[in-house]
Amino acid sequence: MGIQGWTFLIVGATFALYIGIAIWSRVASTSDFYIAGSRVHPLANGMATAADWMSAASFISMAGMVAFLGYDGSVYLMGWTGGYVLLALLLAPYLRKFGKFTVPDFVGDRYYSDTARVVAILCAIFISFTYVAGQMRGVGIVFSRFLDVPITQGVIIGMVIVFFYAVLGGMKGITYTQVAQYCVLIFAYLVPVIFVSLMMTGNPIPQLGFGGTVADGSGEYLLDRLNGLMTDLGFDKYTDGSKPTIDVFFITAALMVGTAGLPHVIIRFFTVPKVRDARISAGYALIFIVLLYSTAPAVAAFVKTNLITTVNEVPYRDAPEWFHNWEATGLLRFEDRNNDGIIQYHADPAINELRIDPDIMVLASPEIAQLPNWVVGLVAAGGLAAALSTAAGLLLVLATAIAHDLLKRTMIPTMKEKTELGIARITVFFTVMIAGYFGVNPPGFVAQTVAFAFGLAAASFFPAILMGIFFKRMNKEGAIAGMTAGIIFTASYIIYFTFINPEINNADYWWFGISPEGIGTVGMFINFAVALGVAKFTKKPPQRIQELVENIRIPRQMVK
Amino acid sequence: MDDRAKAYWKRNLTLVTVLLIIWFVASYGFGILLVDQLNTIRIGGFQLGFWFAQQGSQYVFIILIFIYVYKMNKLDKEYQFDEE
Repeated sequence: MGIQGWTFLIVGATFALYIGIAIWSRVASTSDFYIAGSRVHPLANGMATAADWMSAASFISMAGMVAFLGYDGSVYLMGWTGGYVLLALLLAPYLRKFGKFTVPDFVGDRYYSDTARVVAILCAIFISFTYVAGQMRGVGIVFSRFLDVPITQGVIIGMVIVFFYAVLGGMKGITYTQVAQYCVLIFAYLVPVIFVSLMMTGNPIPQLGFGGTVADGSGEYLLDRLNGLMTDLGFDKYTDGSKPTIDVFFITAALMVGTAGLPHVIIRFFTVPKVRDARISAGYALIFIVLLYSTAPAVAAFVKTNLITTVNEVPYRDAPEWFHNWEATGLLRFEDRNNDGIIQYHADPAINELRIDPDIMVLASPEIAQLPNWVVGLVAAGGLAAALSTAAGLLLVLATAIAHDLLKRTMIPTMKEKTELGIARITVFFTVMIAGYFGVNPPGFVAQTVAFAFGLAAASFFPAILMGIFFKRMNKEGAIAGMTAGIIFTASYIIYFTFINPEINNADYWWFGISPEGIGTVGMFINFAVALGVAKFTKKPPQRIQELVENIRIPRQMVK
Repeated sequence: MDDRAKAYWKRNLTLVTVLLIIWFVASYGFGILLVDQLNTIRIGGFQLGFWFAQQGSQYVFIILIFIYVYKMNKLDKEYQFDEE
């Protein structure tokens, strides 16, 4: 069977599974719809969190980015895992004890203010929308390359699937579908790389093969071979970085803190029964995530080595089949500058004839390594699982932000539960439509806007929630001023460099050499400083709020 | 807040502080600030600083969370704040 046949079969089977789970887990109450009735087992929640968190960017793009950035790619590896330590130690258990549905719920209640709630709602909506557009684009890429379906139809199929299980099952449906999606995506990620590791290094464990010797009898270490290939082509060594240390530091921090502040991740810890479960479930989630994240740098090194050796200095007409397949998508381009009919890959743009979009590295890796066709189909299903699981989690945040936080809590508190549930479902419908629109017509700035999402989460939610738990004296004036200052600063810096003056977006013009990707860290410090300053000169929060804080610090339910 | 809750909270803060210092050293310290120094040490094909940045820090993160879970569950029991 060919690649397309296998892909149809595997993708079709996984979609049938997701729909089956959706029908089995339909819900009828808002508590089930928003937080799965807080009855999710911590292990299942760990898996669901991992799938929720690992998006099309983690599955499809990350290893490719690391392959092109070398050491500098470590910012994603550390940044997107280290945030879970912050989440587990500083936020998750306390938010679970607080025990409402959403992040704006916490911000609004803890800071006894609808203004704070509305600021939080706007942040949640903005962050989630930015993110969801990227997922739909991922769905489109997979469909157009592997199933020969036009991107538009691919996105529509994806929309229908997500819509179906998000509307029927809400958080409950999403949770159990995410568990299935995690299994699909991790299997799809690991199978090809185990093959590749075995072929290249003789070691089936990629994390070890990565540091092992090349299996061609030369006894040379893989990373030394790769460093040699890179320097021969005029690049920096793979294991050395070219970004300034301060920028690596700040980007890593912004990604870590941003991860801990993302509403669709935080909301997952509301779904487990107890505080104890929230703690352990963050630990499980990180194990499941690291399974992929510790494999990604190995994938990156393998695929980069493979790529250079299979295409550089190879005559174009002898190039392997995958090369021409990916050329058709426009994500890989060859331009024969010196008309010798041979592909030259080089650091010098005047000599280089090959342009590769990092997004194709993972999807193309089974073909580059000449693995069997079913593996290629499996990877396509994995990419779709990663994109759909994250999209569903984000859509739910959007639906709760609008139906619950904005309408029920802020505008019409008397609304009946049944009406609220209906509105939540309608909101899912509209957000799916809007997300789909952006999937079909991706705004050119998807990549930059993801930096935006993390920067804003780092500069707004993380400090507000952290101080809400650990600093009893923090009052509404301080929190609102802090969040506003953090957001305005971060947003202005990013907008200035990526939209207004993109031509000067380089280290010579950045403040202290900090790129827009890393500026969220500075925004976070501004938030802390402004909030603490303002709180010092305004009056204490009311007694009942101080009691609320004392109460969330203790796992046991205190009887008054 | 009564004395029992205060003492519990203080122990919690100490634990979290210690774990976060390790968190910082393993990632920002070994993976970023000291990466060049550590890269002079080799283990197999890995330069140590590069290994911490791309692999080691992630394993440390997992261990930290599980230490936290274990210690906090014990602390909850000791102060009788555990959930029934």
